[in-house]
Amino acid sequence: MIKKFFDKIRPNFEAGGKWHSLHSLFEGMESFLLVPNRTSAVGVSVHDAIDSKRIMSFVVIALLPALLFGMYNVGYQHYRAAGLDGTFLELFGYGFLAVLPKIIVSYVVGLGIEFAVAQWKGEEIQEGYLVTGLLVPLIVPVSCPLWMLALAVAFSVIFVKEIFGGTGMNIFNPAIVARAFLFFSYPNQMSGENVWVSKESILGLGKDLPDTFTMATPLGTASAGHYVAPPLDDMIIGLMPGSIGETSVIAIAIGAVILLWTRIASWRTMVSVFVGGALTAALFHSLGATPLMWYEHLFLGGFCFGAVFMATDPVTSARTEQGKYIYGFLIGVVAILVRVANPGYPEGMMLAILLMNALAPLIDYCFVQRNISKRAKRAAHK
Amino acid sequence: MEKTIKIRKGLDLNLAGEAQRQTRPEAPAKLYALVPDDFHGVKPRPVVKEGDKVEAGSPLFVAKHDERIRFVSPVSGTVSAIVRGERRKILSIQVIPDGQNASRSFTIPEGKALTAESLKALLLESGLFAYLRSRPYDVVASPDDQPKGIFISTFSKMPLAADFSYVLDGQEADFQRAVSALALLAPVYLGIAPEQVDRLGNTTDATVYCFDGPNPSGNVGVHINHVSPINKGETVWTLGAEEALFVGRLLRTGHVDLTRRIAIAGSDIRQPQYAEAKVGAQLASLVDGQIDATHHVRLINGNPLVGRKAAADDFLGAHVTEVCAIPEGDDRDEVLGWITPRLNDFSTNRSYFSWLQGKARRYTLDCRIKGSQRHMIMSGEYDRVFPMDIYAGYLVKAIITGNIDRQEELGIYEVAPEDFAVAEFVDSSKLELQRIVREGLDLLRKENS
Repeated sequence: MIKKFFDKIRPNFEAGGKWHSLHSLFEGMESFLLVPNRTSAVGVSVHDAIDSKRIMSFVVIALLPALLFGMYNVGYQHYRAAGLDGTFLELFGYGFLAVLPKIIVSYVVGLGIEFAVAQWKGEEIQEGYLVTGLLVPLIVPVSCPLWMLALAVAFSVIFVKEIFGGTGMNIFNPAIVARAFLFFSYPNQMSGENVWVSKESILGLGKDLPDTFTMATPLGTASAGHYVAPPLDDMIIGLMPGSIGETSVIAIAIGAVILLWTRIASWRTMVSVFVGGALTAALFHSLGATPLMWYEHLFLGGFCFGAVFMATDPVTSARTEQGKYIYGFLIGVVAILVRVANPGYPEGMMLAILLMNALAPLIDYCFVQRNISKRAKRAAHK
Repeated sequence: MEKTIKIRKGLDLNLAGEAQRQTRPEAPAKLYALVPDDFHGVKPRPVVKEGDKVEAGSPLFVAKHDERIRFVSPVSGTVSAIVRGERRKILSIQVIPDGQNASRSFTIPEGKALTAESLKALLLESGLFAYLRSRPYDVVASPDDQPKGIFISTFSKMPLAADFSYVLDGQEADFQRAVSALALLAPVYLGIAPEQVDRLGNTTDATVYCFDGPNPSGNVGVHINHVSPINKGETVWTLGAEEALFVGRLLRTGHVDLTRRIAIAGSDIRQPQYAEAKVGAQLASLVDGQIDATHHVRLINGNPLVGRKAAADDFLGAHVTEVCAIPEGDDRDEVLGWITPRLNDFSTNRSYFSWLQGKARRYTLDCRIKGSQRHMIMSGEYDRVFPMDIYAGYLVKAIITGNIDRQEELGIYEVAPEDFAVAEFVDSSKLELQRIVREGLDLLRKENS
């Protein structure tokens, strides 16, 4: 039935059809609903059933626990700040309504640009943005205005992804760059004590809070020199202020299990980030440079989220297997280093990943070069 | 036997319709043909005209660059057509058999007369030299080269591949004879499977290594990489194990007999088993009456990973050891395949459920690509199934970008397209790796000549 429908409307999108200018949209929709039944002409006759659509969808599935918990937490923080009692559904509903516009804006702007570029280049639409589009709303504070989000998404899709050639060719993780763009362009809306709780009532849920209401993240308090440790179970469950998707260790752990089990994310990278972060945090704690225990450093802020969903991005991480250990380890080290040694920024994960994105090709270069010189040496000794 | 080498990387793919160990007697085909494209790296110059009578063993065409390299008819009969394609490229030289099996006889040098020179001359004259391939480039060998070794792999782990242990039955002496003779040309290295140790482990005049591991551990390229990797400036010859039997037969009888025991396999073959057939036999003679599917069927000249898509009126490839028929799949419609469980499909990725179904399950796969081509997104995918000391992904990128120096540095001289077959199967970006590598090798050969 679906096939018949597509067959019927196809002529409109072919060259000369009245909607030809939308043909990449048509193809995107068709291959989304129907598996293309194109068969191989050269090379292997049979193919593994995996494709990039499947991979990207599983990353999105892995992000869902963090997203759903993030929605609940947004409601929870608002109701707590407002001093209201709400049922679970009210809390979740509030968070859902607060977060949903961000997701919509992110997808509409990002996919819109992707569609336009695909159309312009005459290529198929690539599915990479499905993941990026969900990551971006999860790593911004809940009070981030929608126009800022749209601007950041547009900037990162165009300048970080498309000018390099699209999914698979980018050097930096587009979601992280979107956040960095916001962080450096609008620091007041991205950090500090004023941004972590949604302050308006939405569709009758919640109530308006005064503009002067503030609530600091634990890392914010640590950075300001008066660290207030949240209870450990809050830290793990994630009922504390922070970017939308990054507070709950449990929700992120569920995502991590999905990604590792399906081997979509590299365990080498993920484990190395945690090892690097833990060792560095323990070292700084023993030197008295930070009041946080090593595990608090790992549980707070964006560390877990970054380690699981950002550092493991296969495109921007190191591509050699040994390189992944070094890449991950250094992300952990640099993230903690920025947190502890830099007075300006309470959180270092974003900068650590960006820095290592830039260095990943260098790490790979060393390992590939080792293989090359081994081969050259062998030839010289023959 | 020298030693056992354990191969860890790779992937065994179990497809339904593996050939049973029984052989149908040879049913002579109505038409035979040599296809010059089967002998990569050779521009053909025909030495027969339409209507000429030929014997088995008489040349049909020679290589333009070196006319000593001959390509001989598998049967006696009449040259019926020299089929040309675009720009007069020769597609095939066809022979209608006369059924008499007249065969040219060759003088076999015996005893002391059997030297490297006389053997090479015999192989060239009888057309069997054309079955030797040389690396780098994976092309027909040149008689002027002095290879550092001749590598023969006696097994293939490719899905539905013919089992050489079965093919060898009754021909052990021919195989040993061939190995001993080839050892005159260069040291012979034999790569065998663990279950062949008893039968082939004590082959003389050869260095025997046992390779234990998943596909592509049977690829001769993997053996070379582990035993004696090719450096720039070196040459290695490779020969199919069944093609060594041709040599053994020639030395025993003085006649060229290009009969193979071909596996007829695949989920769309009614009774998968072996069949005797000569190189160049029309495929229809092998599969007639075997396929009765209602869906579209793809016939493959070779196995589903390295074989070529074929039609029933195509001809059995020169290096082909099996003919397969599997569903084409272009008549199948599947909705939302990227999220459904797809229990009947195979994937190495655990987002599908193949991992739950045990290693014994045999799959019926069709030829759909099941995805669209993308840039290389995932890392390490190729390396998991590429058991050589080579960064496969980086090498492929160097080939795509046409960076010749980098290809050399990364080890392109050691590989052949078939070594990338498993990587191409698992690739989530659906790149045509074998085509890319073939084009890379061809370009490099052109630049270096």
